[in-house]
Amino acid sequence: MVELTVREALRDAMAEEMRSDADVFLMGEEVAEYQGAYKVSQGLLEEFGARRVIDTPITEAGFAGIGIGAAMAGLKPIVEFMTFNFAMQAIDQIVNSAAKTNYMSGGLVNVPIVFRGPNGAASRVAAQHSQCYAAWYAHVPGLKVVAPFSAADAKGLLKAAIRDPNPVIFLENEILYGQSFDVPDSADHIVPIGSANVVRPGSDVTITTFSIMVGKALEAAEALAGEGIDAEIIDLRSIRPLDTETIITSVEKTNRLITVEEGWPTAGIGAEISATVTERAFDFLDAPVLRVGGSDVPLPYAANLETLALPQAETIADAARKLCR
Amino acid sequence: MAGAKKKSKTTKSGVKQGGKAAVSRETLETYYREMLMIRRFEEKAGQMYGMGLIGGFCHLYIGQEAVVTGLQHALEPGDSVITGYRCHAHMLAAGADPRAVMAELTGRADGVSKGKGGSMHMFTPEGGFYGGHGIVGAQAPLGAGFGFANKYRANDRVSVTYFGDGAANQGQVFEAFNMAALWKLPVIFVIENNHYAMGTSVTRSTAIQELCQRGEAFGIPGQQVDGMDVLAVQAASEKAVAQCRADEGPVLLEMMTYRYRGHSMSDPAKYRTREEVSKVRQERDPIEHVRDMLVAAGHADDDSLREVDKAVKAEVNDAAEFAQNNQAPDAAELFTDIMAEA
Repeated sequence: MVELTVREALRDAMAEEMRSDADVFLMGEEVAEYQGAYKVSQGLLEEFGARRVIDTPITEAGFAGIGIGAAMAGLKPIVEFMTFNFAMQAIDQIVNSAAKTNYMSGGLVNVPIVFRGPNGAASRVAAQHSQCYAAWYAHVPGLKVVAPFSAADAKGLLKAAIRDPNPVIFLENEILYGQSFDVPDSADHIVPIGSANVVRPGSDVTITTFSIMVGKALEAAEALAGEGIDAEIIDLRSIRPLDTETIITSVEKTNRLITVEEGWPTAGIGAEISATVTERAFDFLDAPVLRVGGSDVPLPYAANLETLALPQAETIADAARKLCR
Repeated sequence: MAGAKKKSKTTKSGVKQGGKAAVSRETLETYYREMLMIRRFEEKAGQMYGMGLIGGFCHLYIGQEAVVTGLQHALEPGDSVITGYRCHAHMLAAGADPRAVMAELTGRADGVSKGKGGSMHMFTPEGGFYGGHGIVGAQAPLGAGFGFANKYRANDRVSVTYFGDGAANQGQVFEAFNMAALWKLPVIFVIENNHYAMGTSVTRSTAIQELCQRGEAFGIPGQQVDGMDVLAVQAASEKAVAQCRADEGPVLLEMMTYRYRGHSMSDPAKYRTREEVSKVRQERDPIEHVRDMLVAAGHADDDSLREVDKAVKAEVNDAAEFAQNNQAPDAAELFTDIMAEA
């Protein structure tokens, strides 16, 4: 094991895959000379040169489309969005050109591409720079969607995403970039897409979550443990495909479920999990499923309002207390 | 000659440009046959749509045959082609089996996309054709992406990226122009200007109507070409291909053409007069043009041309027959091809 930040883990994943496959390249705004708007691509230009680490103009629809075309032609692009908020400019290309082409062509043309970048709220950047897009992309057949929490998962999932023959939406988190975790010290470290991870076993309540909210949920579980509530935390890691088996197995044990996400709850990931568990494990539920999500408002700028709008460890703990009462 | 630095040259070429070169009998016969094939195929598709055998949207290429035919003959294996939803002719030009194309239109199991794509979403990577895209203008960056892949691989292949006069106003077309010029990508942007974006004429939609000038702000040389003259198309395309292969960056060709039918089968085309359409048909028909050349040169007469027509009709009828009798996709196909397997 080595200790790496999420930022370093992502960089290492790209570097390793670029070393082993000449078809892999990185393009996006400020990825080369600036070393990444969030320094995720630090050192890549130096190692791989301007042919494979490509600064683009600010033109998301255009470079997403160019990446997709290059992928149809057989290359394996990694397209970085400075944030997924800007990817809305390119969402037609992602959904209509990347996600649907394999199906529409009867399997003749696939699109091996990774779209990656920070997703969700950072700190005090307000509504247009803070949205979580997990539910948006999870809605689309033909896409895979992942959202890691730890550096080990960030590295292993990014390597899996780059090797995947399909378009993969790779949702990172700006606040997590600087956090350190133990990472297996091996170029063979791969985390398969579609598998959730029970990061804290427990017996009283299942909490499903992903990305930065895994940390908040773990914090909540610590507080709950002191009160005699033993929470099981599932880091979903993959949003699509969703590892429903792991969720259901857990609910069959704990008989209670809380879903936690940073994004809006309406038609969100929690709503999807709640419906799935209701359909497949209704008899195991001792209480209604509770959803914890961001407040149903455009994210405000004021520090106190921002804190109120986003799920906190305490919000999650309160939900568990209510459910386990 | 750096594409981005060079001052772009936009030129307009007349009808005679391609016509003057000595063209072999064989070439003319090939063009005649291929264009006729497209026309008869599309006429049959229109007929089958009317009979309810083809559903959804169905955009016919009738009138525009010279564009795809002339351009395809300037290409070599390994070059790629991409276009919008008016793509049946591009499939045929790329060598797709007419049976499989027609069966896609009828939504059957042996359609090129197994019946999952339909009229607007067809691909034949073997022939270098990558769709068949339904969102107006979205294929422009995709085509630039194929050019990017060629440049990345340092092969000398080119990417032909078609779009229409309507798509020419989409923002991402300009985004594609900018990056193609900036990175000197081997892309031939081809505007098939048939004068009407659905029902809106170029004069009603476009501030500066010389679409061949659209690349000038990016240093992309543009040329207006008589798209009703297959020889003019072929000559302009040869030149554009040579420029791209010589690493001179992207080129823009505006093919002045005309569609005889409505935008799609559901369009009664009330935005233009019958006279306008019949005038083009009578005076500028691209197939008649080649037919006249064949006859004038003594290469063909009514009898020999009738034989060609008969052979083409037989091939189209065979495709239509096949497409009507082919079975519907198996229900299990609903859930295949969503994801590619590793």
